[in-house]
Amino acid sequence: MAGNLGGDQELVAALRRGDEDAFMKLVDEYGPALLRVARMYVPSAAVAEEVVQETWIAVLNGVDRFEGRSSLKTWIFRILANIAKTRGERERRSVPFSSAARAAADEPSVDPDRFLPAGDERARAWALGPVPWAEPEASLLSDETLEVILAAIDKLPPAQREVITLRDVDGWSSEEVRNALDISETNQRVLLHRARSKVRGAIEQHLNPTESTK
Amino acid sequence: MRLWRRKPELTCQEMVELVTEYLEGALSPRDHARFERHIAGCEHCTAYLEQMRITIRVLGRLPHETMPAPAREALLNAFREWKEERA
Repeated sequence: MAGNLGGDQELVAALRRGDEDAFMKLVDEYGPALLRVARMYVPSAAVAEEVVQETWIAVLNGVDRFEGRSSLKTWIFRILANIAKTRGERERRSVPFSSAARAAADEPSVDPDRFLPAGDERARAWALGPVPWAEPEASLLSDETLEVILAAIDKLPPAQREVITLRDVDGWSSEEVRNALDISETNQRVLLHRARSKVRGAIEQHLNPTESTK
Repeated sequence: MRLWRRKPELTCQEMVELVTEYLEGALSPRDHARFERHIAGCEHCTAYLEQMRITIRVLGRLPHETMPAPAREALLNAFREWKEERA
């Protein structure tokens, strides 16, 4: 689901009036992401829940001052990042995005054994190239494949998991993700690329088990 | 080195590392062209790029997480309190 809830000004006006439905719409749309993002900054699920609760209170208390210079979504996640960072520092944990990105940059996207070795005339070309997926795309959404994809996401290191979830599952823009996670564009791209490569690999292995190990 | 010298052509192993940069439009015009030249002549990399695109589309169709009921309830109550204090 892409971007904003549409009509930030309308939504803000509704919140100011005390419209419960408008508030719950926001909660349903951003609640799960708030909790996950908070968890990136603080050491436990319990603290993350407190951070999210505090964020909503701060959003409500600040709603009269919201001027629409950024989107409502960006504003809410910036509040979350500020609260979570303060808590994270207090709990002595820093966000490990840059080290996570460094680690990700060192991993190959595809098993090096699938390419021809140095010294070969066609060095670094595919030895074992991918076979086009014949399945219609809809069948990739069968329960079985869905399980494979969800398991692959689950196995990712936390920073990669969060970036791919926000970008590709929730459909956020790169700028929205950078803002919420307080992360550089390059680091975000490295984490996203590594995560996507692994999910592709998991689908491939599921569809053509003999073809790949990675 | 002469400035106009062409970079060597991309290898398949390099290509798989550049897919996200390519899709995000983050490659320089020169590297973008180099990427597309490689794809145009490489069946396997064409298949690989298509699989990455399919992966992204399928990820976009995964079910979204929902709020657990107790957390939702707690926030509704917090909202009602806030509203009362405001009145």
